[in-house]
Amino acid sequence: MFDGGKIITGLIIFLIIITFPVWYNAVNGQAGERPEIEIATKDTPGKNECVLPADVMRTDHMDLVMQWRDEVVRHDDRTFKTENGREFTKSLTHTCLDCHSNKDAFCDQCHNYVGVDPYCWDCHIVPQDFEKGVK
Amino acid sequence: MKVGISLVVIVLLTAIALVGAGVGLNFVFGVIIPYAAIAIFLIGVVYRVLKWAKAPVPFRIPTTSGQQKSLDWIKNDNLESPHNTLGVIGRMLLEVLFFRSLFRNTKTELKDNSKLVYGSSKWLWAGGMAFHWSFLIIFLRHFKYFVQPTPKWVMLLQDVDSFFQIGLPIVYITDFLILAALTFLFLRRVMDSRLRYMSLLNDYFPLLLIIGIATTGVLMRYFIKVDIISIKELGTGLLSFHPILPEGVNPLFYLHFFYVCTLIAYFPFSKLMHMGGVFLSPTRNLANNNRAKRHINPWNPEVKVHTYQEYEEEFHDVMKAAGLPLDKE
Ligand code: HEC
Ligand code: HEC
Ligand code: HEC
Ligand code: HEM
Repeated sequence: MFDGGKIITGLIIFLIIITFPVWYNAVNGQAGERPEIEIATKDTPGKNECVLPADVMRTDHMDLVMQWRDEVVRHDDRTFKTENGREFTKSLTHTCLDCHSNKDAFCDQCHNYVGVDPYCWDCHIVPQDFEKGVK
Repeated sequence: MKVGISLVVIVLLTAIALVGAGVGLNFVFGVIIPYAAIAIFLIGVVYRVLKWAKAPVPFRIPTTSGQQKSLDWIKNDNLESPHNTLGVIGRMLLEVLFFRSLFRNTKTELKDNSKLVYGSSKWLWAGGMAFHWSFLIIFLRHFKYFVQPTPKWVMLLQDVDSFFQIGLPIVYITDFLILAALTFLFLRRVMDSRLRYMSLLNDYFPLLLIIGIATTGVLMRYFIKVDIISIKELGTGLLSFHPILPEGVNPLFYLHFFYVCTLIAYFPFSKLMHMGGVFLSPTRNLANNNRAKRHINPWNPEVKVHTYQEYEEEFHDVMKAAGLPLDKE
């Protein structure tokens, strides 16, 4: 007795499952496309620089907002000084979203791309949504 | 000694990846090695499984962990001692998903230097379950780096895994579990002298390699930040056959990735093939129906038989003449 037929069926099923990313990418045709983010204040004088250098922000912004939260909520320390001496209020809504007023075309663009959905907006207000009447 | 050699190999791999990524061999580490590793994996796995498929099915080995099906009024246990395909599937699922037979693990000890005692031992089972399930969930979560758009089920898995919402980036439960389980599985091998005696290079190396993968992954997520947008570009690029080499990705990522490629390429040559092999364990995948079904070995020589019917036909006239009783009349 041999079970070759069953084993080969199993092997084929395994190969189909393990190569899933290839099929999925081929069907959707979106692989390798970078998200296009809009910097709303790129050309606004005084607002054309982020609170930290852009390549640090790109990798470390989640740590920064968390640090801000802890400092505000635990130590009532609400002012952030950048290396070149500018001062910002440590706030998601009033600071990050003041310059990046286009959350849809900025934060969400990256986050949808890498599949994260920060739960911060359960409580924190997105001014643009608020104006539109979405709460 | 074998731990030592494994460690040396891991250190060498680390040096290769860090030096390579440092001097800008991104094309080698980001395109050539990954494709080579995937090719070795696919061809190797197919080759080994096809080789297994050529082996004849052995005689059924009933394991005595449940009542076999016999008379109608004797209650049988179709999961522990299945008599049909449904039962076999059930037993296989229990084995693959929950390590049923490892759950039966016992340990033997001499108590007070004279009494031999047997006790249940669930540590290996717990460590094994924690490791394998975490690995699977992490692997599936990683699909967000390989495909675009990110599928819904990956998001769901991620939400469940970050259930406790501790810190930011939110600590994944599986990250904690896999590191704890790997530490336990490694210490178990080196601390117990009997186990150390049995362990081979082939046992330490994959364990240390996976420890390396998990450690570099955890470092990237929580401590030394990397540019995930660019990494996803590289990942999806590779798996859609349009490789892209983003600039400025931290060498730590190339180290993580190189470890993974090593693991993938090493897979078909190693004990890791138990991923497929478990489905071919004769004590798990054959129903205990020896008495109900005849087993025929394919290598049995053909035996020439002469049945009574044939005998009677051949000697019909003679037998009749001698007055012997005949079946046919
Ligand atoms: C003063 C205006 C301003 C504030 C406040 C600000 N940003 Fe920025 N941000 C910018 C500008 C301008 C850039 C583009 C910089 C560049 O490309 O050199 C940028 C870039 C970034 C990037 C990198 C985008 C890329 O190029 O990949 C991230 C991420 C980011 N900001 C997040 C935040 C977060 C989170 C906050 C709140 C903590 C914040 N920003 C606050 C103006 C601001
Ligand atoms: C350049 C792309 C990019 C931009 C722009 C960006 N993010 Fe992110 N963000 C990321 C990545 C990548 C992660 C981490 C994903 C992961 O953990 O897998 C992340 C994670 C986060 C997290 C942590 C989420 C979690 O569940 O771990 C927060 C909070 C966050 N971003 C806030 C913001 C805010 C607020 C903005 C807009 C002001 C912003 N980000 C803009 C790329 C970006
Ligand atoms: C359960 C509701 C809730 C959620 C969810 C939440 N926050 Fe907050 N957050 C608060 C409250 C309340 C304060 C205090 C506001 C104050 O004192 O000004 C605060 C303050 C902050 C501050 C400083 C003040 C300000 O105006 O922004 C930061 C930064 C912050 N949170 C970041 C985050 C981030 C990042 C997330 C998501 C990972 C998050 N929060 C999720 C309720 C929440
Ligand atoms: C055997 C396969 C792999 C294992 C077991 C593994 C393991 C891990 C672990 C445990 C983490 C910590 C964070 C988390 O759990 O998500 C991690 C992070 C990471 N891995 Fe892997 N990994 C594997 C393959 C890969 C591959 C092929 C890539 C390449 C695209 C990759 C890229 C990353 C990146 C970019 C992070 C950082 C995630 C973040 O910062 O949120 N991994 N890995």
